[in-house]
Amino acid sequence: MRSMLTAFGVFWGIFMLVIMSGAGWGLENGIMSGVKDFAHNSCYFFTNRTTVAYDGFRKGRWWSLHSSDMEVLKQSFPEIRLISPILFGTWSEKNTMRGDKYGTYSIKGLSPDYQYIEPQTMLYGRYINNVDILNTRKVCVIGKRVYEEMFQPGENPLGQLLQINGIAYSVVGVNIPVTQIQIGGRSEESIILPFSTMQQSYRRGDNIDCIALAAYDSTPVSEIEDVIKNVLKKQNHISPDDLQAVMSMNVEKEFTMFNNLFSGISWLIWIVGTGTLLAGIVGVSNIMLVTVKERTKEIGIRRALGARPRTIIIQIMGESLLLTSVAGFAGLAAGVGLLQLVDMMLQSVPSETMFFRSPQISFGTAMAATAVLLIAGMLAGMLPAWRALQIKAIDAIREE
Amino acid sequence: MIRLEGINKTYYNGSPLHVLKGINLQVERGELVSIMGASGSGKSTLLNILGILDDYDSGDYYLNNVLIKDLSENKAAEYRNRMIGFIFQSFNLISFKNAMENVALPLYYQNISRKKRNILALEYLDRMGLKEHAYHLPSEMSGGQKQRVAIARALISKPQIILADEPTGALDSETTQEVMDLLKEVNREGMTLVVVTHERDIAMQTHKIVHIKDGIIGEIEMMK
Repeated sequence: MRSMLTAFGVFWGIFMLVIMSGAGWGLENGIMSGVKDFAHNSCYFFTNRTTVAYDGFRKGRWWSLHSSDMEVLKQSFPEIRLISPILFGTWSEKNTMRGDKYGTYSIKGLSPDYQYIEPQTMLYGRYINNVDILNTRKVCVIGKRVYEEMFQPGENPLGQLLQINGIAYSVVGVNIPVTQIQIGGRSEESIILPFSTMQQSYRRGDNIDCIALAAYDSTPVSEIEDVIKNVLKKQNHISPDDLQAVMSMNVEKEFTMFNNLFSGISWLIWIVGTGTLLAGIVGVSNIMLVTVKERTKEIGIRRALGARPRTIIIQIMGESLLLTSVAGFAGLAAGVGLLQLVDMMLQSVPSETMFFRSPQISFGTAMAATAVLLIAGMLAGMLPAWRALQIKAIDAIREE
Repeated sequence: MIRLEGINKTYYNGSPLHVLKGINLQVERGELVSIMGASGSGKSTLLNILGILDDYDSGDYYLNNVLIKDLSENKAAEYRNRMIGFIFQSFNLISFKNAMENVALPLYYQNISRKKRNILALEYLDRMGLKEHAYHLPSEMSGGQKQRVAIARALISKPQIILADEPTGALDSETTQEVMDLLKEVNREGMTLVVVTHERDIAMQTHKIVHIKDGIIGEIEMMK
């Protein structure tokens, strides 16, 4: 009974460790599965008002990136794997119409490369292609939500016309976003045009709002980020000392931050978990000390009859190992069981924006927990075993 | 069998207590010897040294011509196990083990298989007339029965000597005589016995009585 209560400490320690690391893993899984397909090694560049007067221009000027900047970047940086401009349509109510249906969506002008930066699966048709760009075709790729709102369920949208800000575009594809990271409005509620078409239709000339690029994995994008900024400044009459005119958002850094966050969480879990476990171990050690004290006479008799110190140590250590490992494995089993249960419940309620997914502990974690247990059992037995060794046969036998 | 030469022992708890002041003693093979003395005379300390339960400061102790001095814990345990059988006043049986398991315990420390040691234990219990009590716990037995179990336990490892510390101290007069008869019978079969007692009646039944007083051996009475 007493041993059971003490063993509960170890049980609880391992249980908590398993549950928490499972939960941490679930959180990581949930969030990472939403973002992992996004091109990690990518960066977005956009413009801001200049803060330094330069080359005859006053400070505080609004400026714009150009299609030509993209060409320059492509030529001067072989590290660039994918590059796409982004144009954002001006926001207006009910900008899209088809027959008697209308809706409000964000309009983006992109190039084909963008589908590899922010991956999409196609429900119908295809993505924008290079011919669309070259011929400034009036075509569009619509998000899943747009399709659902503008078409009948099951209707084939391909070749159908959509009025967007008064101009008719033919639908060539319907896309579904793969990741939860979506830049410039939700992809599901967006309409994608070839960027050249958009420049023409919206009278934007050569201007673009943003450049998205991804580098090859061998070159972290952070390494070329600042050099690219300098090239863009040079191209657009911006002072090299202007720190704010070219802004960038580095996805790689965000990913690194995420990874750090998760490793931080898992460290925390291990620290708290082993702390709880330690409390359990101290409990076991304590109860073993009491047991040794109570069994002083028995140990004394055993020693008088010829038990070697090693035999006594094995006996005490064995008992504490048994106690901790039985309790620990029960905790391990209970924890894994509970995680399995939660997992089953989560799977029966499917959700698109699940930030918590398959909470499980890896085989490695389980092995580590087992190792911790065995070491814990040994540690718990060490002090009591040492105490038992101090018992002299005479004293024990004298004790009436 | 036993040869003590100038054994000295001092305890250091607070003020030093010189308990044994140069003990010289010889016990021959097959002898039944009793040690008598008032409490505090050092007779228990002497028995502990004889039983390798305690060490001594100076002198030499030969047991079966082996010098017992400055032994490691392991060596001491082995010698205790193989050469010495103990019988105590308070029996010192392990309370959660039955009679057979108690008797078999010394053989466990010789790494003898459970089956073999249980057979031997039953044999020894039979010799003590306790066969039908083999599976009883100590708490289910009388004092005399418990002491007989303890004697069986002392005999099972076929030791060189048996050391008995007040073996009848906790028994009534009738069982006392039973136990003494048993010990005498064991002695007749060739076993060397050393019995510590403060009862004259008990001591009278041994071959010789060693009187110990204030840490030195006084008179040695030869009986018969």
